[in-house]
Amino acid sequence: MLSRTADNLYWLSRYVERAEYLARILETTQRLTALPLAYVGESNEWSTAVSTAGCSAAFFAAHEEANEDTVCDFLAFSTENPSSIRSCFEVARHNARAVRTALTMEMWDAINSTWLELKRFGNKPSSREELARFLQWVQGSSLRFDGSAYRTMLRNDAYWFSRLGVFIERADNTARILDVKYHLLLPEHEQVGGPLDYFQWSSILRSVSALTAYHWVYRESVKPWLVADLLILNDQMPRSLAACYTNLVEHLDNIGRVYGRQGPAQRQARAIKTRLQNSRMEEIFHTGLHEFIGSFITDNNQLGAAINQQYLA
Amino acid sequence: MRVAFDEMNGADGQLRPAYAALSAWLREVPPDVLDHRRREAELLFRRIGITFAVYGEADATERLIPFDVIPRILAASEWDLLRRGLEQRVKALNLYLRDIYGRREVLRAGVVPEDLVFQNPVFRPEMNGQKVPHDIYVHISGIDIVRVDTDTFYVLEDNARTPSGVSYMLENREIMLRLFPELFSRHRVAPVENYPDELLATLKSVAPDVASGDPTVVLLTPGVYNSAYYEHSFLADKLGVELVEGRDLFVKSGIVYMRTTQGPRRVDVIYRRIDDDFLDPLAFRPDSALGVAGLMSAYQAGNVTLANAVGTGIVDDKAIYSYMPAILKFYLGEEPILKNVPTWRCRESEHLAYVLDHLDELVVKEVHGSGGYGMLIGPMADKTQIASFRTKLKLNPRGFIAQPTLALSTCPTCVEAGVAPRHVDLRPFVLTGRDRIRIVPGGLTRVALKAGSLVVNSSQGGGTKDTWVLDH
Repeated sequence: MLSRTADNLYWLSRYVERAEYLARILETTQRLTALPLAYVGESNEWSTAVSTAGCSAAFFAAHEEANEDTVCDFLAFSTENPSSIRSCFEVARHNARAVRTALTMEMWDAINSTWLELKRFGNKPSSREELARFLQWVQGSSLRFDGSAYRTMLRNDAYWFSRLGVFIERADNTARILDVKYHLLLPEHEQVGGPLDYFQWSSILRSVSALTAYHWVYRESVKPWLVADLLILNDQMPRSLAACYTNLVEHLDNIGRVYGRQGPAQRQARAIKTRLQNSRMEEIFHTGLHEFIGSFITDNNQLGAAINQQYLA
Repeated sequence: MRVAFDEMNGADGQLRPAYAALSAWLREVPPDVLDHRRREAELLFRRIGITFAVYGEADATERLIPFDVIPRILAASEWDLLRRGLEQRVKALNLYLRDIYGRREVLRAGVVPEDLVFQNPVFRPEMNGQKVPHDIYVHISGIDIVRVDTDTFYVLEDNARTPSGVSYMLENREIMLRLFPELFSRHRVAPVENYPDELLATLKSVAPDVASGDPTVVLLTPGVYNSAYYEHSFLADKLGVELVEGRDLFVKSGIVYMRTTQGPRRVDVIYRRIDDDFLDPLAFRPDSALGVAGLMSAYQAGNVTLANAVGTGIVDDKAIYSYMPAILKFYLGEEPILKNVPTWRCRESEHLAYVLDHLDELVVKEVHGSGGYGMLIGPMADKTQIASFRTKLKLNPRGFIAQPTLALSTCPTCVEAGVAPRHVDLRPFVLTGRDRIRIVPGGLTRVALKAGSLVVNSSQGGGTKDTWVLDH
């Protein structure tokens, strides 16, 4: 297939995945800020939301203060922010249009309807309820697109490149949450937040749609190191770093097999997967959670670059 | 202007046989049902994303071409006449191009004035003496046809560069089949859905001799911002070929490759929807970012087929148009089956004098214009418009031709007030391969939705209809 087509599919999936992630961040932040201060402490959750989305620099260049209005506008509706939900859907639809021939009718319909409906939501929601409806709609749209791809695409390189986009983006998103909130996840003896953190922990889980999963897996109340374990090492958890890498390795191997050739991307993905498999939470805490996540984000970006170099450029 | 010939009710109000079943159905079907289906059709078009861009409109970057749900119907005998006429015409177009870029017998015989060729900006000196694969220049053409009475069809325009609209022919039919199955069951309508197969067969048949048995075909588009991008992606999909942009291709040692996820892959046939000017920055416009550097040299080396060939503009130019009957006769020794619209060449002084005297009744067209832009429809124009055209004409008579204002035939069309006659034209698509000429029965019917309007161009508020050729 054309390199440009593969590139478009890859980024189309990344942008749809990112839009959903942003919607989750805004939703959990809204939840947290609705709680009385006594439960969540004094930190500015809106500012945290901006750093979790990975766009602090751009945000504070445009706004002086991070509050509900400015952050929701910037992360959801802004046309200035190239990574706002609106921009993500705009770019996704633009990419989809450029590769119409590589999409199934269902996928095109999903992304095109999303784009058409996006126009119906104005630039500013008139109420919190409307914002909540918008965020729900964003997640529904992403699910619909993802489901259409899963259900209707031929299992060939087009599918695998679109999956690579999903999992590179997802791994990056999960790692970013961990990076911003890592101090909340340190073992008890290094506790920095105190019992107030319970709501923070559950908000982390919510933002990656893992709160229920947590209870099923650990069958106990929310504990920070188990949250970290679930999101980093647990292969069963679809948004964990380990699960993302199981998928990345699998899809890259599929491509390598069909093309009859492996390359740097396959080797790098396998190396990262092995590192995750061989890690124990205790060691990670011992050598530093923050450092571990930081180097993961770098590795993940490098894999993205290797995929680009090997196939998409 | 005479009263227009109506394709359903003739000129005299007598129901014509091809429309008998449709007319009965129109009487039965409640107006709200028709209206409901019309809205359903619009929704379908929007969902599928069949849109086009209008140049010069900043905001409405993607618009729908209005679709009229009442089909336009041609009897089998009418289509047979059209088909024979189209084949004959397109044969002549190809012979003429081969001659112009070869021995130039038509010029020596004085059939066409030399300056119309050599001083024409669409003439490509790069093609002089250049052999093209299998001597075919125009592989895909769209010939615009208008009708004025029971027997008279005129060719209004030959489109031999990158004619568009075929996706509407196909999608209009799909949507009609979905919305009006009962209406189809009352007719025997010849299918058009095999067009992509015919196109692919045509393109493969003209691959250069050096290509392998199963040549690689691609469709070259200027990209998503082009007004016909939907059509490009639609066709590539139906053909099962890659939709490439200039940056996806490169030329190495005279061979064209595309960049794929598995490395470079050789390309044999390029169905290009980019104008000559933008094909190759080394050969034509150096500022073109849409083309492929070195493409022209690969083409000249005979390693790749371009469909259509470079330089075909010299045959569909409005200045050449009036010579087409003579050109056709010169090569084929036959009378044209499809007539030309009588045309005054403003470059000739007696013609110009006549045109200047009759501006209020003629249609005056720019020789190099298209899409209905830059044209004067005398009977519809006010004094200022006529005066300004008079000045333009006097300044540059060579730039214009004039034709009588034709009473284009009308077809029943859904409008605000119900069903009313509206003027239509027809663009059938003709495919010329190494083996034979292929034409699917039908084409794109364009309809002027404003009462009395003769401008059917989509860029100016025209709509489209499904075109039915009856199979008996």
